[in-house]
Amino acid sequence: MPKLITQVGCPYCGSSCDDIEVLVSDDGTKILEVHNACIIGTNLFFHANDSTRPMLPRMRQPDGSMKEISFEEAVDWTAKTLLAAKKPLIYGFGSTNCEGMSAVGRVAEKSGAVLDNCASICHGPSFLAIFDNGYPSCTLGEVKNRADVVVFWGCNPMHAHPRHTSRYSIFPRGFFTQKGQMQRTIISIDPRQTDTAKLADIHYMLDQGHDYELFDAFRTVLRGHDIPDVVAGCKKEDIIRGATAMKKARFVMIFFGMGCTHTDGRNHNIDIAISLTRDLNSYTKASIMAMRGHYNIAGPGQVWSWQFGFPYCIDLSKGTHAHMNPGETSSIDLAMRDEVDCFVNVGTDAGAHWPIDAVKHVKKHPFITIDPNYCMASEISDLHIPVRIAGVDEGGVVYRMDNVPIQFKAVLKGLSGVPSDEELFDMIYERMCQLTKTEPVWLAAKEDRKYPVKV
Amino acid sequence: MAEIIVKNGFVIDPARKIDGDVADVAIKDGKIVDKVGSGAKVIDAKGKVVMAGGVDVHAHVAGPKVNVGRLFRPEDKLFKSPMAQDKFRVESGFSIPSTFKTGYDYARMGYAFVMEAAMPPLHSPHVHEEIHDTPIIDEGALPVFGNNWFVMDYLKKGEVENTAAYIAWLIKATKGFGVKLVNPGGTAAWGWGLNCLSLNDPVPYFEITPAEIITGCLKANEYLGLPHSVHIHQNNLGNPGNYQITIDSLKLAEGIKPKNKFGREQVMHSTHIQFHSYKGSNWGDFESGAKEVMDYVNKSKGLTIDLGCVTLDETTTMTADGPFEHHLNGLNHLKWANVDVELETAAGVVPYVYDPNIKVCGIQWAIGLELGLYAKNMDRTFITTDHPNAGPFTRYPRVIKWLMSKKAREATLNSLKHKDKVIDATHIHGIDRELTLYEIAQMTRSGPAKCLGMSNIYGGLAPGMNADVAVFDLNYKNMPSDPEKIEKAFQRAACFIKSGEIVVKDGEVLDHGHKRTVWVNVKMPENPQVKRDIAQSFTKDYTVGIDNYPVRDYLVPHPFVIDVNVEA
Repeated sequence: MPKLITQVGCPYCGSSCDDIEVLVSDDGTKILEVHNACIIGTNLFFHANDSTRPMLPRMRQPDGSMKEISFEEAVDWTAKTLLAAKKPLIYGFGSTNCEGMSAVGRVAEKSGAVLDNCASICHGPSFLAIFDNGYPSCTLGEVKNRADVVVFWGCNPMHAHPRHTSRYSIFPRGFFTQKGQMQRTIISIDPRQTDTAKLADIHYMLDQGHDYELFDAFRTVLRGHDIPDVVAGCKKEDIIRGATAMKKARFVMIFFGMGCTHTDGRNHNIDIAISLTRDLNSYTKASIMAMRGHYNIAGPGQVWSWQFGFPYCIDLSKGTHAHMNPGETSSIDLAMRDEVDCFVNVGTDAGAHWPIDAVKHVKKHPFITIDPNYCMASEISDLHIPVRIAGVDEGGVVYRMDNVPIQFKAVLKGLSGVPSDEELFDMIYERMCQLTKTEPVWLAAKEDRKYPVKV
Repeated sequence: MAEIIVKNGFVIDPARKIDGDVADVAIKDGKIVDKVGSGAKVIDAKGKVVMAGGVDVHAHVAGPKVNVGRLFRPEDKLFKSPMAQDKFRVESGFSIPSTFKTGYDYARMGYAFVMEAAMPPLHSPHVHEEIHDTPIIDEGALPVFGNNWFVMDYLKKGEVENTAAYIAWLIKATKGFGVKLVNPGGTAAWGWGLNCLSLNDPVPYFEITPAEIITGCLKANEYLGLPHSVHIHQNNLGNPGNYQITIDSLKLAEGIKPKNKFGREQVMHSTHIQFHSYKGSNWGDFESGAKEVMDYVNKSKGLTIDLGCVTLDETTTMTADGPFEHHLNGLNHLKWANVDVELETAAGVVPYVYDPNIKVCGIQWAIGLELGLYAKNMDRTFITTDHPNAGPFTRYPRVIKWLMSKKAREATLNSLKHKDKVIDATHIHGIDRELTLYEIAQMTRSGPAKCLGMSNIYGGLAPGMNADVAVFDLNYKNMPSDPEKIEKAFQRAACFIKSGEIVVKDGEVLDHGHKRTVWVNVKMPENPQVKRDIAQSFTKDYTVGIDNYPVRDYLVPHPFVIDVNVEA
């Protein structure tokens, strides 16, 4: 009898929906149906059925071909390569669980690596703004239950976070928002006529790269001052209409995405967005939230903050303390200056996401990919180690875009012999300790780890 | 496990009324025993003080708001982190140290148990993940209830039993320890940008008052017979003139009797009371209300307090009192983080500099110490800094120094820019009392352990108790005249044995020990009404599924579970 598993978490976007229902074959190895998920999430579940999924690590041979090797060999090679490198870069972690992110901390300390995550090329500017100006935010349930003005700034959830609008931000009928969409004023700020913009009550089609000026205009109007007739390509009366809607709202929610963080101004755009939120709190209640991309990209920011005190760009190469200085210790900058001599790509695809020049630089040195699937990074790697898929055949904690921890469960039995990220990193760490003849540091957790390592 | 004997120290164990007797403490299999064999490892404590491991009743050490503090304050690390040592994890941070540094630093000071003071239930997996990554020390966490929709809804209808059933369910689901109230009603009002500054301000929509929430939770707590009492951060924190509302809310405990099997005698623990003992009508005529507050506390048996001493450092304030942090941000204009948590609570984080050059900071410093010096029953008065709100926990030794030495207090008073104004607005200059080591042990060991209902496990050295033993380099018979030596001794224990293992020697961490998470499992007959209400709320109001809400067992791999059986 196939088994229907409910309240399953989805391993796709930062909405981290946990209301998915998955029908699994009797033997727990195949996904038969997926309910409630968006089309992208559904396909991610079905990917796990792929019979060609890698089950063994593959090592690049002198002739350029890839050859399957055992996990022991892969662990040994990774451990030796990391130890030999002066400054390895371990990057990624958008699509894996927090257990893996916690385990990699030991590996990074031991190898004196730089530890970085996808925020480095994504919401990194938002972190810079948060360091400067704070982050007045809330959980997504607050948006659902209270928000009556919702601003989407440089983001298009209808495509990038397909169920965000129905679960949290536009359509749901919440406790104090019983009329759902009817009760909400939606404001979209985007130079393009996106599908989210089409849903909006007010769409500001601003001049590209002029976000800062528009934020500034809103703040000026809120404080009762005059503005020019046209700002950032938007008419004065439209700006006043939007500012008035925000000021009169009971609860304003501002979501911002890559269109805001990665246009001219970058962290300054987010800085003034936070200032706008702070201003609004003098009149009403307002919150702001980054539209985080992957289902657990908020995770490394959390895990590494409690382990090292920094969310990203963590340089442990000094061996004595953690050091963060984005621009100096951020992945792309390190790669472009050719400062790293080993690259480990985990749970992401640097091959697809990075500027090609940066990829060329890291490709000069040992290049390892740890990922359940084939991807562009895996295909240019010297070593590709497959792991279980967090959220499909491996459970674990993930942090939703609002930093709420969701405990994902595994719906499939993992591929035989394939480890989780956590197990793999623990194996690599133990091997590094053997090679350096040092005692591993397990805190107290070792004897009760979820999957004790058999070495 | 090896046997250990701590020999010839001056034992200070208020739980057994032992004050400085030279004696041996024997340890076997993680417990304190009457005697051990001749092969036991000997720790020579001659000329040193021997106490039980410290118990911290209130500190923010793990969870979402602590981590927001770490994340958004890189400047808290710069030049403020020690260098890593072989065999240990990297340490970082000063006012909001990383989990590793938190564990190591508490151990260096000889602390065995720390209570995380405010766990947002929705974020409880996060809290437990951090606890799991904090070495050595045992920890528990108090879920917050004072602004929870279920609690307000039931109490508005006067349903104490349903409230209790909900509390029991939530403590179990979050693997929590007890009932924490933070600005009851006020934080719920903050959902709309409002606050409840008096005990009778109604909460918007819920139309219940803070006084009703407090009284209802006091009753529900005793109905359940939990090990700990209601643990409250009162309304109107941090504002001049708030001492009156503080006393009024303490009075709500009158007439409620403690009912439990854990030896707890209080029905209300009022936390970081320094922030609630302010007189005056504005920051200009701001002055100490410590005497008034302590006059009431001293004559009320059903209360315990902790101090929340300001340590005059640059620190990071963080509390589930969301509206207060917004208000504070309006005062200092530094960065402000806020997290409103659906149906449950909120939190805010703002960096703060307690500057010795600012009059108000000096007065706050004095108030914290006055409260400790006016206290008559030291078993009901505990040392905290509301870490990291009034100062980091690593300053406890400094607070102890101030409490034990008038000379040290005068030295700090003399260093304040507005010394004379501080003296005018406080009583500290006229207080000659100097606390004894016995009283310090009461305030950091036996007292908080009893207040938490764990006096049979922590805070004492009687046979059968957990073998947490701290040795400090202080000569009981010949205390140093230089108060700095007191601070130094408490900062770095000469030796600390945690659960029967030597984890610190000469102030250096040796071992990661075996930490545990202590949580309370309340067993009571199923309440169909509450069960249905919870299920319904998860389908309508929450954004996470009810299956994914309770903390899974693997996240708490070293549990120590205290069972509470509630009879129907």
